[in-house]
Amino acid sequence: MAATSTPLAGSGPSRSARSFIERLRSGDQVAHAITLAAAASILLLTGLLVYELFIHSSETRAKFGWSFLFTQTWDPVADEYGALPFIYGTLVSSALALLIGIPLGVGAAIFLAELAPPKISDALTFLIELLAAVPSVIYGLLGIFVLVPLLRIVEPAIRSVLGWTPLFQGPFYGVSLFSAGVVLSVMIVPFIISISREVIRAVPADQREAALALGATRWEATWDVVIPYAKSGILGSIFLALARSLGETMAVTMVIGNDPKIKASLFAPGYSIAAVIANEFTEATGDIYTSALIELGLVLFGLTIVINALARALVATGNRGGNA
Amino acid sequence: MTSLHTLRRKAVNAVMLSLTGLCTFAAAGTLVFILGYLFVHGAKDLSLDFFTKLPTPVGETGGGMANAIVGSAKLLLIAMLVGVPIGFLGGVYLAEFGGATFSFLVRYVTDLLNGVPSIVIGIFAYTLIVLPQKHFSTIAGGLALGVMMIPIAVRSTEEFLRAVPASLREGAMALGASRTKSILTVVIPAAKNGIMTGIMLNLARVAGETAPLLFTSFSNRFWSPGWEQPTAALPVMIFTYAISPYEDWHQQAWAAGFVLLMLVLSVNIIARLLLAKRKHVAR
Amino acid sequence: MKFILFLLPVAMALTASGQQVLINAAGATFPYPMYSKWFDEYHKKFPKLQFNYQSIGSGGGIKQVTEGTVDFGASDGPMTDKQIADFRAKHGGSGVLHFPTVLGADVPVYNLPGVAQQLNFTPEALAGIFLGKITKWNDAELVKANPGVSLPAKDIIVVHRSDGSGTTYVWVDYLSKVSKEWETKVGRGTSVNWPVGLGGKGNEGVSGQVKQTPNSLGYIELVYAVQNKMAYGKVKNAAGTFVAPGLAGVTAAAASVKDMPADFRVSITNAPGKDSYPIASFTWLLIPEKITDPTKKKAIKEFLAWMLVEGQKMSAVLGYAPLPATMIANEQKAIAKIL
Repeated sequence: MAATSTPLAGSGPSRSARSFIERLRSGDQVAHAITLAAAASILLLTGLLVYELFIHSSETRAKFGWSFLFTQTWDPVADEYGALPFIYGTLVSSALALLIGIPLGVGAAIFLAELAPPKISDALTFLIELLAAVPSVIYGLLGIFVLVPLLRIVEPAIRSVLGWTPLFQGPFYGVSLFSAGVVLSVMIVPFIISISREVIRAVPADQREAALALGATRWEATWDVVIPYAKSGILGSIFLALARSLGETMAVTMVIGNDPKIKASLFAPGYSIAAVIANEFTEATGDIYTSALIELGLVLFGLTIVINALARALVATGNRGGNA
Repeated sequence: MTSLHTLRRKAVNAVMLSLTGLCTFAAAGTLVFILGYLFVHGAKDLSLDFFTKLPTPVGETGGGMANAIVGSAKLLLIAMLVGVPIGFLGGVYLAEFGGATFSFLVRYVTDLLNGVPSIVIGIFAYTLIVLPQKHFSTIAGGLALGVMMIPIAVRSTEEFLRAVPASLREGAMALGASRTKSILTVVIPAAKNGIMTGIMLNLARVAGETAPLLFTSFSNRFWSPGWEQPTAALPVMIFTYAISPYEDWHQQAWAAGFVLLMLVLSVNIIARLLLAKRKHVAR
Repeated sequence: MKFILFLLPVAMALTASGQQVLINAAGATFPYPMYSKWFDEYHKKFPKLQFNYQSIGSGGGIKQVTEGTVDFGASDGPMTDKQIADFRAKHGGSGVLHFPTVLGADVPVYNLPGVAQQLNFTPEALAGIFLGKITKWNDAELVKANPGVSLPAKDIIVVHRSDGSGTTYVWVDYLSKVSKEWETKVGRGTSVNWPVGLGGKGNEGVSGQVKQTPNSLGYIELVYAVQNKMAYGKVKNAAGTFVAPGLAGVTAAAASVKDMPADFRVSITNAPGKDSYPIASFTWLLIPEKITDPTKKKAIKEFLAWMLVEGQKMSAVLGYAPLPATMIANEQKAIAKIL
């Protein structure tokens, strides 16, 4: 290596040096080509993924068309498949997770970004971000053996307050849409906190100082000035969390109850797209059944893409606003 | 009147601010709880057998998960062989060579791939490898995990390469080094530790993945010879054992959960501390 | 990096010891305790042979053997004619053989705090509960069958299988025989469109779910109920007597079969005879007619021969009824059909 680099320094445009430079130029091209190939292979791989899902779900797409998305029957005996109960379960459990996760996450992000001394804030954020690294099967394990029994204890209390709504009626099984929502909320909070904290921190100091100088309390300065400023970034973090919870498989499978019915009550068992694939994919007899499950995978893929794209767009505009 | 108003505002201020504090401690407390619970329930059933023995047939107590631990290690090895080269080179492309339009496309698709639910990646590996090959295999599972590693490998490589000060790069170029040479001898070595740490974090993340393995590497009661056979993996064992009715299996699931969590968290903690230290040095 | 260096030798060491014959099988969870015992014993006897059996459900056994992703499958419901045709289509015309291994029974298990007696279930009660028409534990139909038991006014939480399952097949096959409404509305299959209830994965999952959920009722294989010390009920049979599930009742049901079809696909639910337990079934190994790998073919054939003699001796201990002697003789002849 040392030998090849020495003749270069300050040498004139002699013949040998020129050809050497050319060789290096072509080296640049080789490196360019190799890395380009790697980058292109990512595009290829993703394209292949979509293609595989599309091809292997052709049977149900041909048989049911768009009605696959809007029908409720899931009957392997009659080979009738509709995705609605799973779409419903996926959306409801994720919505519930957001309902619990947003106030908790944004609240904690405000505390960490605005109130806590930097050292403590860093330490707590470190802990909270570790939560995002906990494997989902472990959340499921804790869900079955800790959360579900716990919910059975607090269920009468919830029912006594909210039991008049259709959302909390019928027998409580322990495993339910509600339990799935709670587990998911725990899983997504770290995402909301860690991104929201960053965007809140990025809000220029003069914004809040101006508000404080005008006599606003700390909370008012935060809520009326800082949060609106960081709004799109926070929204982006929420969408990212949503995308994650929509595709979450193991923890949900273990606590959602696995029943493909649409019921108004959150206490009733439900089913999510990811969970039904995990449960039934290896045992789906017949090609149509398998095709139905793969089409569900395609639906889930589409759902997360849309949400992710929205999230990225929001985080991007949020960051731009923050840096301005 | 005004004072009452001010009082109310002050009260709201105090209440809301303490609520945010409460949120923080609830979130951080969850981790402490998870750790504590797994420690209490998992550590007590942990013995040497867990690491050295095979699972026993149903109804017989004892046994361990040695095959699942090695199985997970093999899966991660393949995942790394698939995910790291593509991810790393892709990241180098984005940081050093990329043109505007194509780079945007690559970044966009990489983000997209990152958002694909793990279970869908499992279907992908099943249709791509298991179906044509007609058997479940360690390779199929490893590939699924490898695909999951790519997006993060790309983004972390790109980020760390970009963090290398331009002056270093320019210095090398000024000495007459070609682009490739400056990248190979100056830029990449400067970013090496960061990139390595990124890979470790990435591995820790896929080490806990269960869903993509269910119908790719499947499971195995025994040792899995070679790479072409189904293999047990730690997270899959936790799942099967947790939903079973056997007390003994539940305990094994806790023990396995504890081991997995310790592995994942310690890699995370070490990696994050290393990264934090580097940042301080850079500043 | 050190992590990788640590991984490599471990993986390599294990890869090197690859002289073993690994035979992959998957399917029914109903006989899983029996099979895991058999395969473990067989492995001890022939350390080079490993049968990796994964209990993913009978539907899974049928699917995976059809796709060819496992060497053989297992199911508690025989494959339907259509499934066999599918199999032939994917295997160049060669078919699949059914080998009954043991007999088992589906039992209604429940978790009813405060009730210590063994409950009686009539076919009408079971059909009503699973159709969602009987929703309370103190329903008249249940009270009538259980004189002297104080049943609580609680909702019955029905637990069924979420996966494709032979245990389900046996259960709904029985319900179809005793209830016209069930037969027309729901029908038979390894997975069905359940009118009510929540799903658990595998016999393991349903047992786990019932154990964790007060006031629940589910159906599982007898062995799982016994092993997990769960409460299970007696069921009224075709002759009108309440029979507790057990070896005697299952054996009586098997003995009631008059004409055994040559391919061993036969249902023994709702069998006649006053001692017959009505929700009993054979369970089958699904073995491809043509096995290309000679080592695997030899191993599988030898295992079948062993299972029909030595294996049968172990079944009673685990709560499965051994096969009738005539059946064993027929199956021993059928082993020769594997090419």
